[in-house]
Formats: sequence, C-alpha cells, structure tokens
Amino acid sequence: MDFLQPTTWAEALAAKADRPEAVPVQGGTDVMVELNFDLHRPAALLDLNRVAELAEWSSEPDGRLRVGAGVPYVRLIAELGGRLPGLAQAARTVGSPQIRNRGTVGGNLGAASPAGDSHPPLLAGDAVIEVESAARGVRTIPAAEFYLGVKRSALEPDELIRAFRMSPATGPQYFSKVGTRNAMVIAVCSFAIALHPGERRVGTGIGSAAPTPRRARAAEEFLAAELDWDARLDPAVLARFGELAAQAASPIDDVRGTADYRRHAIGVMARRTLTWAWNEFRSGHFERRAG
Amino acid sequence: MRVTFTVNGRPETADDVWEGESLLYVLRERVGLPGSKNACEQGECGSCTVYLDGTPVCACLVAAGQAEGREVRTVEGLADGDRLDPVQEAFVECGAVQCGFCTPGLVVQAHDLIERVAQPSDAEIREALAGNLCRCTGYEKILDAVRLAAARKAAS
Repeated sequence: MDFLQPTTWAEALAAKADRPEAVPVQGGTDVMVELNFDLHRPAALLDLNRVAELAEWSSEPDGRLRVGAGVPYVRLIAELGGRLPGLAQAARTVGSPQIRNRGTVGGNLGAASPAGDSHPPLLAGDAVIEVESAARGVRTIPAAEFYLGVKRSALEPDELIRAFRMSPATGPQYFSKVGTRNAMVIAVCSFAIALHPGERRVGTGIGSAAPTPRRARAAEEFLAAELDWDARLDPAVLARFGELAAQAASPIDDVRGTADYRRHAIGVMARRTLTWAWNEFRSGHFERRAG
Repeated sequence: MRVTFTVNGRPETADDVWEGESLLYVLRERVGLPGSKNACEQGECGSCTVYLDGTPVCACLVAAGQAEGREVRTVEGLADGDRLDPVQEAFVECGAVQCGFCTPGLVVQAHDLIERVAQPSDAEIREALAGNLCRCTGYEKILDAVRLAAARKAAS
C-alpha cells in the first residue's frame, strides 16, 4: 500500500489522476474502520489532511456558503450552526465528540452511505457538491443527483470532492433521526426538512430508508400546492404530507430495523419536523434569530 | 514507511510502519505506550482517545501517516512526573475505576472537557463522554470524578 500525502490541492488532483484507485482519507472515521477490519485493502491511501484550503469555508459573492470538504463537524456546528441549522443538527448526531472532531461532510459524501447523517439536510437545503479532476476541472453536482446507489456516487475515479455549496437558511430547518440511543448511533432512518418561505416551498431529505438518500418529491410538490403559508398548519395537510413522505421511502429489513418500521418512522418524522418548522416559522422566532 | 512525530513532548520515530496502520497501533506496539487501549477499532468505545494537536480523537481512526510531524498527547503524558493529573486523582478518589480498561480514554476525554468548559453541567459531561463506553461502573462514579476534578480546577 502507498501513502500519498499531497500538501496542495493541485498535487492532490494530480495524485488522484495518477492513481485513481487511491482511497481519499480525511478524518478517517469511515476509511480506517474498513482498514482495521480488513474489509478493504486499497492500493493507496490519499491523505487530504495537509491540503489546508479544504479545511476552510467562505461566503461566496452570490450569498451561498462554500464549505471545504475537510471542515470537521465540530467546526460546522460551532461556526455555521446559525446559517446551516439543519445540517448542524444532523452533525450534532454524528458519532461522539471524538468522531465529530475528525469526521467531515466531505467524507460523508465520499462514502455515500445511505445512512450518512449529512445527506438528508444537504438534500432538503438544495446543496450542490463541487468536485474536481486534473483533466476536466471543476464540476458541480446537485445533491439530489449525487447519490447513485448504496455507497455509490456520481464522483468519477479521477475526481475529488472539494466543497459543498449551500445557501444560508431562509427559514426553519430541522433534522430527526431514529436510533437506539442518543449518541454513537447509525441512523435506523432519518428525515430532514427545510422551509424556503421566499419561494413558498419545502425541501425534504430521507436517510437510511432507500438505497440512496433521497428527497420525498411528491411530498414536496404536495406542500407547494396545498400549504397555506399564512395560516396554522392544517391537520389534513400534515397527515397527507406524512403519508407521501413514507411512500417516498423504499427501505429494507436489516439488523437496525424492519422496512415496515422505517416506513412508519419516516411518516412520523416528516409530520414531526414539519410541525416543529411550522411552529418556528409562525412564531416569527426564526426571523428574530436570523436578525 | 517512517513516521516521525512528537509524543508527550518527546520526538519519536517509528520505522517499518505499514501504510494502513493506525496511530493507535504505532503508539502501543512501536512507541511502547500501551496506555491508550485497543478495543473496538471502529471509534465506538473511546478507549484509545488521545490528543492530536490538542484535539481529542480516536487513535484507532487516525492513519499513522496522518500523525507525521504532529503532536500527540496520550494518557501517559497527563501526569507531572509522579504527580497525577487532577482528573486522574479524582478518578481514583471517586472509585471511577473498576477493571480500568476504559479509564485512559475517559481520563483524556474528561481532561479535554474541563480544559474547555470550566464548570460543566451534567448534560455537558454526559455529552462529552458519550463516546466512551464503560461496562463496569454504570458511569455514576465517573460523573462524580469529573464533577470533582472540575470543581477542584475551578477552585485552584
């Protein structure tokens, strides 16, 4: 095995072009488990810790945030929790403090596990993934087009994930996750919601209840048509939203839960997160907090 | 490959390191510091918690090469000569140690907590220690120890 340790982004892209089979490693919280358990013996590891710019985030001229693939969850929570509240809520549920000190959204995207906690809020918040190769330069992929299968993404073998871009929240965002305890839990299933009041639209993301993270599109379209943004939440609308969200899932039975349970739980979490978000929206609390 | 880094203030060089090896393996088997414990090898138990450039991490999930040139502080580096760190003293006094296997990781993680938060609430202690598993104590005496260490640190 080779250990490649580029110190600049250009070197990292050159290394990935030269060795497309190299496995990128950021915090190591996924990659090292596979090595420790002998599940995977890559020909090379491509350590991205030395590429300093990956650990930075910035506000872009268009108002969106651009967050480097190497920003650990602990910093995402501390530095961006107010602007990306749904993603920060999900980040707080990742592993333990030690894991959040090392783990990154970039690594979560690279692993592309259907159970990754970042994915539902990235989907609900219309995140765009910025990837790059030495040969073809930068390419941006909407989160909804990034996940192709179980642990498979749209990333090409010579590409690296550089950053994700996401607009600061314009309305309440919530994340909910079912697990066996309050820490150190891989999601049985999860759900994220983001209100976009300016567009009278609601974004959703389903985790760990389909081969890939996915949006509940029919549920989103239903709300776009039926939600009265100037009224209290209609119980019939809420119930139908939960049904449509559950129908968007296509879960399996596995050690963490049954397909039936997951489908049921997605409906419950969809109703619950919409209720939380709607209550915050109607109270005016979000506007006051956002200033 | 060769890995050169600083451990508990001392420069160390490890040779013939396999490229997929963890920092934990290097510490225990090559540098001779078995305080950090090897249990789950998947970041679930916290027994291998060490400081990497001042941040607590699971040493089993850091690739050895990622520690090149960096500073590691293990449980062996907390005491000042024969004088235990206040967190270690509090663990002894409160009976927070039974079999002792989880203790090094808990001590490092608790040490970090009270460095960052002078007087942590119970919720903050529980949150900070959520990634450290203990199968003996039932955690109550560990919580007592962290409260005691934090109180002493605040008073000193």
